[in-house]
Amino acid sequence: MMEEKKLSDIRAMVKSHERPARTGRKLGEEVFFRSLMNIASVLIVGVMGIILLSIFYKGVSTFSWSMLLEDMGSGFYLNRGGGIKNAIIGSLYLSLSATLLALLVGLACALCMNVYLVRHRRILNAARFLLDLIWGVPSIIYGAFGFSLMVFFGIKTSLLAGIITVTLFILPIMIRAIDEVMKTVPAGLSESVLSMGSTRSELSYKVYLRQCFPGIVTAVLLAFGRAIGDAASVLYVTGESARTPTSLMDNVTTLPVAIYNQINSPHAATQDKAYASAFILTLVILAISLLSRYISKRYQKYRIY
Amino acid sequence: MESNMNQGKEGRNIERPFAEGESIIRVDGLNLHAGKTHILKNINVEIPKNKLTVILGPSGCGKTTLLKCMNRLTDLTPDIKVSGNIYIGEQPVFGSKTDIVALRRKMGLLSQRPFPLPMNIYNNIAYGLKLRGKYTRAELNELVEYYLRQVNLWDEVKDRLRSPAVRLSIGQQQRLCLARGLAVNPDIILADEPTSALDPVSSEAIEKQFAALSKDYTLVMVTHVLRQARRIADYVIFMYLGEVIEMRPAQEFFDDPREEQTKKYLAGAFN
Ligand SMILES: Nc1ncnc2c1ncn2[C@@H]1O[C@H](COP(=O)(O)OP(=O)(O)O)[C@@H](O)[C@H]1O
Ligand SMILES: [Mg+2]
Repeated sequence: MMEEKKLSDIRAMVKSHERPARTGRKLGEEVFFRSLMNIASVLIVGVMGIILLSIFYKGVSTFSWSMLLEDMGSGFYLNRGGGIKNAIIGSLYLSLSATLLALLVGLACALCMNVYLVRHRRILNAARFLLDLIWGVPSIIYGAFGFSLMVFFGIKTSLLAGIITVTLFILPIMIRAIDEVMKTVPAGLSESVLSMGSTRSELSYKVYLRQCFPGIVTAVLLAFGRAIGDAASVLYVTGESARTPTSLMDNVTTLPVAIYNQINSPHAATQDKAYASAFILTLVILAISLLSRYISKRYQKYRIY
Repeated sequence: MESNMNQGKEGRNIERPFAEGESIIRVDGLNLHAGKTHILKNINVEIPKNKLTVILGPSGCGKTTLLKCMNRLTDLTPDIKVSGNIYIGEQPVFGSKTDIVALRRKMGLLSQRPFPLPMNIYNNIAYGLKLRGKYTRAELNELVEYYLRQVNLWDEVKDRLRSPAVRLSIGQQQRLCLARGLAVNPDIILADEPTSALDPVSSEAIEKQFAALSKDYTLVMVTHVLRQARRIADYVIFMYLGEVIEMRPAQEFFDDPREEQTKKYLAGAFN
């Protein structure tokens, strides 16, 4: 057993080891890391700013209202007029439906994990690990998978096939984002609610959904952004169309694919219009972000802790 | 009062001073393991109806765990093994045929820290009412007011019933949680150190309400505050290291402790 020392001895010992608070090496370290952080922040914000600025600058200058109001028609990529209305509407149909489907499935999965499977730590760990793993799978693989599903079920290239593929593609991010939020619900809240004689489904729908609402909105945003911004996952499955889709079985061209095609066009004027399309895509995402922020703010105040 | 002695399995004498029908909770040979730790060791106690029973003991002795067993909140914790059983009236708590939701409605729980629902003040109370039946708006208003008055919260919140419950102070939140628990109309109220996170004033308010409630409800309150137990307990269960050492009427317990550990605890040796 260690010899007992007096508090004053211990304090003297600690004091003798003490380094001056903010001089010499310590100060240098701090300056170094602080400037590293500053440089990184400036770089990131700068790069983001340049991308956004160039999209806005070139986008606004090549933008025309006809782009919003007209379908591509036959000659859009050949610089013979027309707009990208079909791609905007098509993209919105596709990503909104996929996000909604993924939200329903994702909520069910995340609630199941956090409310029903709380005791089964091993299953949970495995599920989370798997989801994180497939989160990293490139979207083109989902495209290929969606294509083989289509062939298997005998569906033609269509909006529907695109919706199913994109739903699968954004599901992992949706589930894990909601799951991470639900993990923060204090155990004491669940205990309190259950001890009142609530069922687990009441706990899910009346308490978890409210408590996690702002986080769920963020999850929806993440998933929606991924859905509307991705070109590769729908490349094989939606076909291409120059007209606004009117049914689930129609082919669609999405905005990212349209942008890709515009950039690949031999006509310089059409290439420039790619910026206007990117500008529109950015505005759509901006609008959805602002709307969801507004919605989530309204419920934020009820959250406990 | 007549008392009959029962021989516990480990040879310890646990007094059972209750006639048929006088007790409402009976813990029968309860053992609980979490992983490899033996947390509750062969617990045998009975808890009398419409009395305030205090579970007393130094921290870490298993008071919270025993309380959570009573309404099977252990269901939420991984790696828990329970043997033995607890009976609420005639109904076993652990058992595949038990309707745990119905059983939990008979027991309110007040936790150490208040957890209001993520809703406004009004709906925190209305939630409990709506769980059990349909009410008209007017009936709801009346009942919400009644329960808020019962915990002396009405005057403080009547002008902001629609504001989020989290905006209340911790002491107010704890009273709100008590009102919410009462609104489910339970027979039993379990409370886990309900005053330990509160300031002295709120703490005293809760304590007084508990003393008053014990006429109409069976109260089981965990505490490690001796003075509090002395003030309000009708019966005392003294626990130490996962075992029940004594279970006695409060007066006898404090005036004439039997077991060596109890004497030490009362003398302040463990604190
Ligand atoms: N889920 C668990 N896993 C492992 N040990 C636990 C768990 N829950 C409680 N314990 C342990 O059981 C003992 C009793 O805990 P608790 O019932 O909270 O004590 P008290 O409420 O009397 O302070 C403590 O030593 C605690 O560390
Ligand atoms: Mg405790």
